[in-house]
Amino acid sequence: MPERFYGIRHHGPGSARAVVAALDEQRPDILLVEGPPEADTLVKWVADERLVPPVALLGYVADDPRQAAYWPFAVFSPEWQAIRWAADHGVPVRFFDLPYAYRLAVEDEPADRPERPADPIGELAAAAGYDDPERWWEDVVEHRGAPAFEAIGEAMAAIRAESAEDPADLVREAHMRGVLREVRKTHANPAVVCGAWHVPALTAKVTAAHDTALLKGRKKAKVTFTWVPWTYGRLASWQGYGAGVRSPGWYHHLFTTPDEVVTRWLVAAAGVLREEGVPTSSAHVIEAIRLAEALATLRGRPLAGLAELTEATRSVLCEGDELRVDLIGRQLVVSERLGSIPDDMPAVPLARDLAAQQRTLRLKPEALERALDLDLRRDLDLGRSRLLHRLRLLGVAWGEPADRAGGKGTFRESWRLRWVPEFAISLVEAGGYGTTVVTAATAKVAEQARAAESLAEVTPLVEACLLADLPDAYPAVLHALDTRAALDADVAHLMGAVPPLARTLRYGDVRGSDVAGLRTVTSGLVARICAGLPGAVTSLADEAAQPLRNHVDAVHAALAMLDDEPGAVAAQEPAQAERAPRSLRDRWLEALDGLAGSDRTHPLIAGRVTRLLYDGDRLDAAETRRRMGLVLTAGTPPSDAAQWVEGFLAGGGLLLVHDTALLSLVDEWLAGVAADSFTDVLPLLRRTFGTFAEPERRSIGERVRGGAVAASPAPIGLDHERAASVLPTLGILLGREIHHVSE
Amino acid sequence: MSTEPAGTPAIRPHAEQQFADELAELAGVDDRPRPPGWRLSPQAVVTYLLGDGGKITPKYVGPRRLMEVAVATLATDRALLLLGVPGTAKTWVSEHLAAAISGDSTLLVQGTAGTAEEAVRYGWNYARLLAEGPSSKAIVASPVMRAMETGAIARVEELTRMPSDVQDTLITILSEKTLPVPELASEVQAVKGFNVIATANDRDRGVNELSSALRRRFNTVVLPVPASADEEVDIVARRVAQLGRSLELPDVPPALDEIRRVVTVFRELRNGLTEDGRTKLKSPTGTLSTAEAISVVTNGWALAAHFGDGTLRPRDVAGGIVGAVIKDPGTDAVVWREYLETVVRERDGWTAFYRAARDA
Repeated sequence: MPERFYGIRHHGPGSARAVVAALDEQRPDILLVEGPPEADTLVKWVADERLVPPVALLGYVADDPRQAAYWPFAVFSPEWQAIRWAADHGVPVRFFDLPYAYRLAVEDEPADRPERPADPIGELAAAAGYDDPERWWEDVVEHRGAPAFEAIGEAMAAIRAESAEDPADLVREAHMRGVLREVRKTHANPAVVCGAWHVPALTAKVTAAHDTALLKGRKKAKVTFTWVPWTYGRLASWQGYGAGVRSPGWYHHLFTTPDEVVTRWLVAAAGVLREEGVPTSSAHVIEAIRLAEALATLRGRPLAGLAELTEATRSVLCEGDELRVDLIGRQLVVSERLGSIPDDMPAVPLARDLAAQQRTLRLKPEALERALDLDLRRDLDLGRSRLLHRLRLLGVAWGEPADRAGGKGTFRESWRLRWVPEFAISLVEAGGYGTTVVTAATAKVAEQARAAESLAEVTPLVEACLLADLPDAYPAVLHALDTRAALDADVAHLMGAVPPLARTLRYGDVRGSDVAGLRTVTSGLVARICAGLPGAVTSLADEAAQPLRNHVDAVHAALAMLDDEPGAVAAQEPAQAERAPRSLRDRWLEALDGLAGSDRTHPLIAGRVTRLLYDGDRLDAAETRRRMGLVLTAGTPPSDAAQWVEGFLAGGGLLLVHDTALLSLVDEWLAGVAADSFTDVLPLLRRTFGTFAEPERRSIGERVRGGAVAASPAPIGLDHERAASVLPTLGILLGREIHHVSE
Repeated sequence: MSTEPAGTPAIRPHAEQQFADELAELAGVDDRPRPPGWRLSPQAVVTYLLGDGGKITPKYVGPRRLMEVAVATLATDRALLLLGVPGTAKTWVSEHLAAAISGDSTLLVQGTAGTAEEAVRYGWNYARLLAEGPSSKAIVASPVMRAMETGAIARVEELTRMPSDVQDTLITILSEKTLPVPELASEVQAVKGFNVIATANDRDRGVNELSSALRRRFNTVVLPVPASADEEVDIVARRVAQLGRSLELPDVPPALDEIRRVVTVFRELRNGLTEDGRTKLKSPTGTLSTAEAISVVTNGWALAAHFGDGTLRPRDVAGGIVGAVIKDPGTDAVVWREYLETVVRERDGWTAFYRAARDA
C-alpha cells in the first residue's frame, strides 16, 4: 500500500519524534491528521512563527459559543510536529476526523453510552506486565526511539478484536475512511497521523456504501474555529480527546532536551527548590541521580522515567516533604507554559467585542503598567470605567482600581492598567458566559449570585453591578440577596450588607444607574436588623461586642448617608403609606432607642447607642445626663461602667473639644462622683481617654480649665446674606447649580 | 542474644528466624546480581517484603514504589530514613529489610532521650581498661560498630528521640564510612554491605530535629497510613492471624466483619470524617494507628476465646476500642460519645456494638 498509517499516542513526545523521522523517510504528498476538518483553513497559521504552542483549536457554535470544544497541541504533540513538518515541506494538510458540526448535532445521546471500552495502551501494558501504561509506552516506544508503528497497529487490532466498540468511534472512523478514499484518487502517497486506536479501523476493508449509511442523516450546526493560546496547566487538568497529559512539563523536557535528560531534570528540580529558599546542594542532585538510576535498574527499565525521578526527588531533594514535592509538581512536571497566537488571528466573539470596545473607548491594551484617571461625568470615561469593572468581573484584571476606598462618592476614579497575555485565556474561559463583555459579565454575576452561599458573598455583587452598570443582573442579585438575608440568622452578617447597599443607593444616580428595587431590599434588610438586634446584643461576650459595635457604627453611618425620603416610599406603596411612613433612619433610631433603654444590652453597645441617639437629637442633654449618671453609679459593676463610657466616648476626642454641651455633661458627671468612688472610676476613664490623641486631650483640659464649659452654648446666629456668597464657588466645586432659598 | 534454651521458644522470634524458610527459598531461586555483602538481590528483597502471591507472604501492605525506593536507597549505599506517624510499620519494615539484606535484624540502637554516644560508637570495658590499659580488647563495640565490621545493616530506632549531639556522631559514619577510635589512634572501616536504617516520628512531642548535615546523608521514605479501608482490613487480619499463632490463641478465626468494624471506627475517627464522606467528626488526641487496631482485635480474640463463646463478638472489641480512643479522659470522652450517638447509633447492623460500647 502506498499510504502509511502512523498510530500515535496523543501528546507523546516519543511518538512525535518517531513521526517526524518517519515522514522524512516517506516524503508523503499529502498529510491527513486526526482533527476537525472545519479547521483546515487554519492550518496555514502553523507556519507562522508567532503561533507558539501550547495552543488549541477552539471550535464553537457560531450563535451559541457556550457550546465549544478544544483540540490542544503542545510542541511535543505528534500531530503538531507532523503539521509543522508538512508546513516546512510544502505538503498539504487535511484534518479528517468527523466534522465538529456533525458531533454537535447529536444532542440526545443516551446517558449510558459505553465509553471507549478499553484503554488500549493499558491493555497492551498489562499484557507486558506493566502496572502503569504510560511507563510501558515510554519504555517500549518512546525511550527506544524505534518507529514501531506497524507493531502498534497490529497490537491495536488485536485489542479491538476483543473489546466492544464505541458507536461514536465507529462513526468517526467511517468519516475518516471516506476522506481517505477521496484522497487516494488524487494523491499517490498519503500519510495518516491519528490515535493508535483508529489505525486498525482505517486499514480495514470496508465498503463505501457501509460508511455512507453510517453517516447518513446527520445534521450540521454552524461552527466557527480559531486558534487560542493554551497552557500546560490546562493540558494537564483537561480531559478528553484521547488522553489528558498529567506531566506536560516532563514531556516538554523529554522532547526538547537533547542529552542528559535525567541530570538536567534533577538540576532543574534543585533550581526550583533553591528559588523557594530551600538549600539544595549539588551533592543532593548527585545522590538523587544515583537513587533514580538504582530504582530504574531495580525495576528493569532502560532509563529512569518520571516515576523514578519523582521518587528520587521526594526522597533526596525534598527529604520526604510533600509540600516541596507539590511545588516541583506544579512548576516542573506540569509547568505553567503559555502559548501565544498572532495578533491578526480571528478571535473568539468575546475578544472581538472587547477589541471593538477598546477602539471606541480609545483604550489600548499595553503590557507596561500605566495610571489612568477618569472623570465619570464624561461619557467616554464613564464607558471606560464600566468596561474595566466588567472585565474585572470576568476575571480579566486589566485595570486595578488605584484607590478603592476613595473613589466611590466622587466623579473621579483612578486605575492602574496593565495587560498580560493570560487575559486572552481568561477571555476564552469567559466566552462561555456570553459573546459580548456586557452579557458575559451579567451572566457571570447572576451565576455567582445564585451560587452564593452566604450574604457576605452577595453584597459585593450589588456594588459590582452598580460599578459595572449591569442592570440586567440586578433581579438575580437582589433575589439572591433577599433569600440569603432571610436565611442568615446572624445579625452581624446582615449589618455587614447594609453599607454597600447604602452606598449603591446613594451614589447610583452619580453613575446614572437604575437602582429601583434596591430600596425595597434594603428596607427589608434594615427591618430584619432592627428585629434581630435586641437579641444579638444581650449576653454578649466582650470580644464579640467590639465587632458588633463597629457594625452598629457602620450601619448608622450608612443610613445617615441615605436621603431620607419617606415620601418616596409612601408614593410607591400607597397602601403601606399608613403603616410605613417612617424613613429607614427613623426605624433604625427607634430600634437603637430600644437597645439603649434595655438593661440587658451589653454596656459597650448601650453606651455607643446612647451616644448615637444623642448625636441624632433623639435624646436631649438632660436625659443623656440621667442615663450616664445611672450607669456610672455604684450599682453598676465597674467593668460595665467602663465599657459604657468607652462606647459612649469612643472616637469622640475631637467631639468633646467642640461640643461644649457634651463636655459639660461629662465634666458635670465627673465632678459629681463621690470622692471614694472616684478612685474606682479613674482607671476606667483613663482607659477611654488614653485612646484620644495628645492634642485632643490637651484642648479638652484647657477648655475645662478655662471655664468654657460652664457657659451654656450660645445660639448660633447665621447671616444668610454672607453665607449665600459662597454658593457659586461651592456650585462649581460640586458640579451642579445650587439655588439659594431665602427664608 | 539468641541463646535461649531449646524447648521454650521466644515470645517473638526475629524476622530472620520466623521467615527463615522464605528467605532460603528466595536465595535459592535468586539469580540476579547481588550488591556486595547482600544476601539477596534488590529485586528479591522487594519480593520478600511485598510477597509474590504464593509462598512468600507479604510483610508490608502498601505502595510498591515505597519499598522499591527503600531498597534502591540501600543499594546505593545511602542511609535510609523511614518517617511516619506511630503505627505505620516503620520498625517492622526496617527489621525485615535488615533481615532480608544482611540476615540479621538484631544490630539495633534504640533512640531515647538518654541514649549516649557509646550506644552509637563504642564504650569501654572498664575493668579491662584499668587492668590492661586502652586496647582493642577493652572496647565494647556498639551495634553500629559491629555492623561496620561485619558489613551488615545497623538499625537506629526513633532517631529523633536521641539528643542532637548523639545523632551527629552518625555523620562521620555515614559520610566517611569509618569510625575513628582516637584512643587507640586507629579506626574501624566499614565493610561493604554496611548501611544504616533509621526510623523517626516526625510529628511527636519532644523530638530533636535532625541537623541538615545529618539529614543530607539520608534518603527519606515517608510511610503513610493505609490508603483504603480494604487495605487496612487486610493488614489487620493478616497480622492478627500471625500474632494469634505466635500467642497460641485457641483457633477461632476472627470474624472479618468485626475487624472491618474496628478498622472503620479507627479510620473515621482518625480522618475526622465518616467513610461515606457525609459527616464531619472530631478527632481524638491519640494517633489510632493500624498497630493499635491490630492490638484491639487480638485482645478481643483472646477475650472471645477464653471468656466468650469462641466467636469474636462486638462486646469483645468494644472495650478495647474505647480504651484505644480515649487517651485523654476529658476531651476524648466527649469525642467518643459524640461519635457513638451521631454515627454508630444510626448505622445498620451496629446496634449490638453500640450497646456494648455504651456500656463499656
